[in-house]
Amino acid sequence: MTAAPPAAIGGMTPISEDNPPAVELRDVTKAYPGPVVALDQVSLQVRRGQAVAVVGASGSGKSTLLNLMGTLDAPTTGEVLIDGHRTEHLADRQLAGLRSHYLGFVFQHFHLSDRLTALDNVASGLLYCGVARRQRRALALAALDMVGIGRRAGNLPYQLSGGERQRVAIARAVVHRPLLLLADEPTGALDSATGRAVLDLLLELHRIGTTLVVITHDPNIAARLPARVQVADGHIRRVEGLWP
Amino acid sequence: MMGWRNRHGDDRRPQARGTGPLRDPSGLPEPGRLSPLDVIQLATLGIRSRRLRAALSTLGVAIGMATLVLVVAIPRSSDAALLARLSALGSNLLEAEAQPQNGLAVSFPSDAAAMAARIAPVTAAAELGNTRVVVRRSRLVAPATTVGLDVLASSTDLLHVVSGSMATGQFLSPATERFPVAVLGHQAAASLGIDRPATVDKPERVLIGSRWFTVIGIAAPMPVTSDLDWAVLVGWNAARVDLGFNGRATVAYVRADPGELGPVSAVLGPTLYPPAPGLVNVTQPSDALAAQRASQATSSGLLIGLAAVSLLVGGIGIANTMFVAVSERKQEIGLRRALGATRRQIRLQFLGEAITLSALGGLAGTTIGALAATGYALWEGWPPTVPAAVIGTGVLGATVVGALAGLQPATRAARLPLERSRRALTAQAACFCSCPCASSHVALTSWGVR
Repeated sequence: MTAAPPAAIGGMTPISEDNPPAVELRDVTKAYPGPVVALDQVSLQVRRGQAVAVVGASGSGKSTLLNLMGTLDAPTTGEVLIDGHRTEHLADRQLAGLRSHYLGFVFQHFHLSDRLTALDNVASGLLYCGVARRQRRALALAALDMVGIGRRAGNLPYQLSGGERQRVAIARAVVHRPLLLLADEPTGALDSATGRAVLDLLLELHRIGTTLVVITHDPNIAARLPARVQVADGHIRRVEGLWP
Repeated sequence: MMGWRNRHGDDRRPQARGTGPLRDPSGLPEPGRLSPLDVIQLATLGIRSRRLRAALSTLGVAIGMATLVLVVAIPRSSDAALLARLSALGSNLLEAEAQPQNGLAVSFPSDAAAMAARIAPVTAAAELGNTRVVVRRSRLVAPATTVGLDVLASSTDLLHVVSGSMATGQFLSPATERFPVAVLGHQAAASLGIDRPATVDKPERVLIGSRWFTVIGIAAPMPVTSDLDWAVLVGWNAARVDLGFNGRATVAYVRADPGELGPVSAVLGPTLYPPAPGLVNVTQPSDALAAQRASQATSSGLLIGLAAVSLLVGGIGIANTMFVAVSERKQEIGLRRALGATRRQIRLQFLGEAITLSALGGLAGTTIGALAATGYALWEGWPPTVPAAVIGTGVLGATVVGALAGLQPATRAARLPLERSRRALTAQAACFCSCPCASSHVALTSWGVR
């Protein structure tokens, strides 16, 4: 595939402890009406090129952490910085631009459009990046090749296995070469063998430089990532392998 | 808790504040613009996913639009047929009738038709005189019994002037007008029970006054001068000789230049009856048909109102469908927001979907309405008339209805808190798949490490 990638913000970064932070949380608290404090005074930074597992039991606040990192939620107090940009005062349009260029999301349930082929599902990852229509499909095909299912580009989601569907979702998340790939229980809807293969793929993406944050409740999955952040009761209880 | 090891080798957690360089917010990337083709594709994605629902929700608009086209097109076809009939009969015919004065009959002087024919724009003139004699079927009918039929002395060119025609037999001619022969109007013939003129085998006759008149013809219906349908016409001279007619006309028909009908109307009274022109009532017989058209226009106005109500109901149906769609598609909205869609782009997608739904309904309704109107017109023998403006206005109207119907649901979709749509992304029931997955090979060829 010879198509030029979009003007990527981040994506494939050399692995180095001196890399600038891709995402940074400063004294972040997130409270919901109730009041329920999902996160309490959490500070954390993930540098470019790192791969981190955020692990914790259900209700520990790990998903809230991912949503804050992905600007899908705003903190009640504290600051979230994406590539050094403070996000708390950004307008919807600026946040949307930040998500479309800097971030990639992988969800547990894939969320592919039933009416679109694998290729068009992946191309939809570039829809809001300002990439020309023809180039979108070329880049989508390259991304599908990269995740190993280029041959299934013309298939509809129902014609794909669960693992293949998650690969399509991963291709959609990385097609624009995001600064940060956020995966929320990416193996949660898959059997253990398929889950392992999907995790292998994510680690392969990390090996070539993708900054990766994986949310998981499974300590075995967390153990396979180079760094781990354990969350419990809205606090970071343990940090392991994370670059300072 | 495992100790934190920073680049300096100590185990303190780094001070979060200020560890990363702050960037200028103006350097943030702009969200991409959607091309018109992208918007169309997004607008039709939801419709293609739920085709039956889409079809049902467009039904209201389609019915409204079909009704609208029908109620506009059918009267237009009817009008076209009427106009064709009017132009064939001629709308430049004037009728001048003497009005009774103090209960006494007034009649024009002799040679009234000749006088009228001398008015410059008048191209032809004919006259009728009421003989005030009763027509009967036989002597067994009492002389005082009338059946509402007038016996009129007619000039021989009457049929030509009123553009009439004969259903059967012949009209009065210079050769026959002095003999006791009669021509029956269409309704008069039916009233008297006569369906054909006299033959050698069956000599049809009517008793006019005390004299038998042989029926030589029956006129075809005359829609413009329908009074003549109820008349028994006899020759001018025969009336004078056999019926004691005074030879003075009571009605005159004139054909005039269509552009000069007003001036001719104005001078017709003074010309025909100089002593009291005000007693001459001049009318244009085609006005009655025009009044009929006007009453049809009023009723089609009501029907257009009904069609508008139907369109409104269709719009409400689309709004309802769109509200349901927004509720059902929170996951999709959340996903698109995660992919970088702005609120405006979400609004555009749902608004586009509502407009597309309504426009499709409008297009279907217009097509059905046009086909039905054409079929009905052909069945009635009218010229099929479906005005292009109605089709254009219909589709445009449906688009406007769609835009109005979709505005609120689209705004709701755009304003859906990101948190709620994000929850929808994580709340879906799992789709479990036990298939073994392909290898995790990553092709690095085009993905250079940065």
